[in-house]
Amino acid sequence: MYQGVRISGFGGQGVVSAGVLLAQAGLVDGKAVSWYPSYGPEMRGGTANCSVVMTDTEVATPVVAMPDTAIIMNEPSLPKFEPLVKKGGLLIINTSLVKTKATRTDIKVIYVPCNEIAEKVGSLKAANLVALGTFAGATGAVSIDAIANAMKKVFKRAKPEILELNRKALEEGAKLK
Amino acid sequence: MAEKVLMKGNEALAEGAIRAGCRFFAGYPITPQNEVPEYMSWRQEEVGGAFVQAESEVAAVNMLYGAAATGVRSMTSSSSPGVSLKQEGITYLAGSDLPCLIVNVMRGGPGLGSIAGGQADYTQATRGGGNGDYRTIVLAPFSVEELGNFPKKAFELSEKYRIPAMILADGILGQMMEGMSYNFEPVDPAALCVKPWAIGPNTTGRKRNQVYSYGLAEGELEAMVLKRAERYALVERDEVIYEERNTEDADVLIVAYGISARASIAAMEIARAKGIKVGMIRPITLWPFPAKRIAELASKVKAVLCVEMSLGQMKVDVDLAVNGKTPTYLHAKSGAFFPVAEEIAVAIESALNGKKEQLFNLADLAEKATNERAEAKNAPCKEGALL
Repeated sequence: MYQGVRISGFGGQGVVSAGVLLAQAGLVDGKAVSWYPSYGPEMRGGTANCSVVMTDTEVATPVVAMPDTAIIMNEPSLPKFEPLVKKGGLLIINTSLVKTKATRTDIKVIYVPCNEIAEKVGSLKAANLVALGTFAGATGAVSIDAIANAMKKVFKRAKPEILELNRKALEEGAKLK
Repeated sequence: MAEKVLMKGNEALAEGAIRAGCRFFAGYPITPQNEVPEYMSWRQEEVGGAFVQAESEVAAVNMLYGAAATGVRSMTSSSSPGVSLKQEGITYLAGSDLPCLIVNVMRGGPGLGSIAGGQADYTQATRGGGNGDYRTIVLAPFSVEELGNFPKKAFELSEKYRIPAMILADGILGQMMEGMSYNFEPVDPAALCVKPWAIGPNTTGRKRNQVYSYGLAEGELEAMVLKRAERYALVERDEVIYEERNTEDADVLIVAYGISARASIAAMEIARAKGIKVGMIRPITLWPFPAKRIAELASKVKAVLCVEMSLGQMKVDVDLAVNGKTPTYLHAKSGAFFPVAEEIAVAIESALNGKKEQLFNLADLAEKATNERAEAKNAPCKEGALL
């Protein structure tokens, strides 16, 4: 098992923390993991992205040049990462902010209105978790439980009701395949 | 083994230094190593150590000199341009035989360069970037786990030989997160042996200790330098560390350190799947360099391929080791670009088959530059043109 993931969106959308959660969840599951952020002249409102690798063996390179899965949270990220996805890979697109459709036909594309679903669940801030839920459901690379457990380690000061809300966001995301 | 904790490279390094007994840190902020001083700022206080955010890199390295002279495990960290500023301090530390740890989380250069990870300080680190005949012991981690575990090794080697030690990492290693577990129990600084040369309160009536790097009397400096050279000889003989992968049947030998070795592992998988026999030696100590082992391995392969994020700085050491017996090639990324496994895989095939694709060759650049200059002669003169 090997999953190289790229998550990309605006700074402030939680794309970097979503990556940390994913890596932590993989570690909880007993996998070898790595996480690597873009750390250029990033700012709130600018674009940010990160690479996550999960594997049963050993992480070779932590920089995912050709992702198995790309999670696209905003419009500028689509043209940047769609061409890089491996043939047969997966593209998860946040349709709440991305109006353009994917053009590739050799990959699987799942359209997810992350912001709307997150707001329905109780907080727009959980849009990144909706996308993670979709990723978990579609790839089986990591379980919802593992991500939920990882949250307790990553967000140590989160209140129980927030963790519950986040779990709901993951579950709603996982329904879309 | 203890359960692995997800940690950022820079933080694993800082915590590793604390666990290794480091009780003095001085530094000045610079990307991509800012998590090191940030972590130290609260952690040193917790363990009763000292943290100083200095007014400059130069100040920080000279504070390191003072702290190291007392025998306390002490360190500073910075990134490429900042480490350049520290070079004067490092040559004084080396000249005064002070054990200490200097960390360089390398970024792109020269000059201010870029904040992305780089490996172009190899020569500076391994030759000593300051004045005089000196060396620093250089450890090159390639994972968060090694970043966290190397400070202890670095302090031990540094104290054993009274030679400053350097951990040469890069921005990618510093910024990335991986599962971390420490392979040693925390060191109690009080349990470390008292350094007989260290300065401090003299309660035993011993002869006064002095720490200095000059010898003005006739023959004094030469004696100091030669005495130090004996220790360099021991380090070169006894302290070489490297890792080998798939070298038993290799036709192509990759030499790569740090983060470039990680990309090379992925490239080996691609090439091996195509039936190309490729192996790798990863120098873990860059000085002392595993020259002897590289020479042995090179005599058994058809080609040696250096993979580095610099334009052949490490290859100089590889060429000295191989000594012309096997063709050597270079796959280089500079300007802080990260090596891509697929491109290294192409370079492996080029090295084996005498092709040029993905191999860096200065002679080819000379041809390109000549043509550009010839064309420019016919063009109107541009003020400030880079020709």
